[in-house]
Amino acid sequence: MGNYYDKAMECATLYEMESLQSFRLSQTVRRVYENVPFYRDRMIEQGVTPDDIKSVADLHKLPFVMKQDLRDTYPYGLFAVPLEDVVRLHASSGTTGKQIVVGYTRNDLEIWNDCAARALVAAGGTKADFMHVSYGYGLFTGGLGVHGGAEKLGMTVIPVSTGNTARQINIFKDFGSTLICWTPSYAMFIAETMRDMGITKDQIKLKAGLFGAEPWTQEMRVTLEEMLGLKAYDIYGLTEIIGPGVSFECEEQTGMHICEDHFIPEIIDPDTGKVLPLGEQGELVFTCISKEAFPLLRYRTRDIAVLSREKCSCGRTLIKMLKPKGRTDDMLIIRGVNVFPSQIETALLSVAGSEPFYHINVDRINNNDTLEIEVEVSEAMFSDTIKSMEDIENAIRVAVESVIGIGAKITMCEPKTLKRFEGKAAHVTDRRKLLD
Amino acid sequence: MLIKQLSVFVENKKGRLSAITDILRQSAIDIRALSVADTKDFGILRLIVNDVDKAYTALKDGECLVSLTDVIAVQITDKPGGLADAMDILSSADISVEYMYAFISKCDGLASVILRVDDNEKAQNVLSDRFKLLTQAEISA
Repeated sequence: MGNYYDKAMECATLYEMESLQSFRLSQTVRRVYENVPFYRDRMIEQGVTPDDIKSVADLHKLPFVMKQDLRDTYPYGLFAVPLEDVVRLHASSGTTGKQIVVGYTRNDLEIWNDCAARALVAAGGTKADFMHVSYGYGLFTGGLGVHGGAEKLGMTVIPVSTGNTARQINIFKDFGSTLICWTPSYAMFIAETMRDMGITKDQIKLKAGLFGAEPWTQEMRVTLEEMLGLKAYDIYGLTEIIGPGVSFECEEQTGMHICEDHFIPEIIDPDTGKVLPLGEQGELVFTCISKEAFPLLRYRTRDIAVLSREKCSCGRTLIKMLKPKGRTDDMLIIRGVNVFPSQIETALLSVAGSEPFYHINVDRINNNDTLEIEVEVSEAMFSDTIKSMEDIENAIRVAVESVIGIGAKITMCEPKTLKRFEGKAAHVTDRRKLLD
Repeated sequence: MLIKQLSVFVENKKGRLSAITDILRQSAIDIRALSVADTKDFGILRLIVNDVDKAYTALKDGECLVSLTDVIAVQITDKPGGLADAMDILSSADISVEYMYAFISKCDGLASVILRVDDNEKAQNVLSDRFKLLTQAEISA
């Protein structure tokens, strides 16, 4: 049994939890029905009225919301409060380079801070900790999300953001960071840089780390814990729902507790949309029941997971989700950044004029994600001088980086030499070996 | 007087040069001169051949990425300073050389240089006063 941030919620009985969920759900459904034409139209289409949604058992009657709906209603079509009540916007990259935008009222930010605070306390955090935030700040929810939770707990927050590895390490040493949040691959990179700089784990004070925003393995967890002398906790979240803190790991490390008093999870069959029983693997769906500005109902995350209500040794009764095992679409998560093949197509098109055939290779070398894009050289791109070929290569690299936000190695290939695959994975080879 | 050079994109992969030269062999193409420019990942094979059209078609059919480039073939004397004289002229005319490569002529005492410059017309003018520029027919013969 550990410490809790909000024991009443984190250790509620199933009856208490479901009563609260039912109350909040019915309120939220009524509110969005009245305030958001999108939901009203969808519900009318489905033949459902707010009166039909009395408890969590009625949740399945509601229509799903897909990522495409967020793009179709961009930017503010799904907001359920007047924009003057929105105090913060965040955004996330979309599949076709079109981002989605989400909003928070002051109360929503408090909910978010509370969720992040639960995660930090579950990782052993207290107000005495020095919270080193190595997630990116900005439109990305990572940095500010954990920041808010840590501040609420009264921790000493160090808003370092990403990048400048040597400075990160100096801050560990000089400021005495005790807790950290970052992406697993960036953590591996820092750990290795530390080793190269001759700095040992005894010279730093990190005791726990929250690792999220990209898939990682048990093997990486062991390596990170060993190299950095800390305990590594998983944290999950997505911009559409709130950001980091939707679910989090406790000391048992057998899945992540979902803040289900705010976000009701369901597992569905991605093909039929049918709700699956507890313990079965399927697509994770969330319904926000306490948020004001952007309360998504039955949002299909495209993440594959399993839910479990097995008793947890930490004492929390919050339902657990087993780490996402994959995505139902072709999104790649590289160094914590969402990357879609269609974004790379856009970049290639902008440089090459017509769309050249390409292939994306993702790998993990020295525990850092690498991205290579093989591009078949078209006649329009080809020239007899090396300089102009390198200019094109460089232009592609710059275009790709500006669209997806991370660097890639561009490899020029002869026409018709790249393998043609059928179906979804046509353009991607992901060589990262994930154990689970 | 310009001649046609074949430029072929070659990935840095084992067997690629062998495959390309095999196509030329199958078509009985005689290579007069060649050079390869390379980077870490790819190279560009530049060829002067006896029958440009036939070689171009054969390479295309063999699914090579090939293009035709106008270059200048200058005949110089095969003795010390022969090339330097030609370079002097280009340099004083402010012409840049993108790349060049040389081969020994079948005629005794002569060599030829293939030049890819930034201004073909100007280069031909200044060079032709002092040097013989080879024609496509002379190269093919």
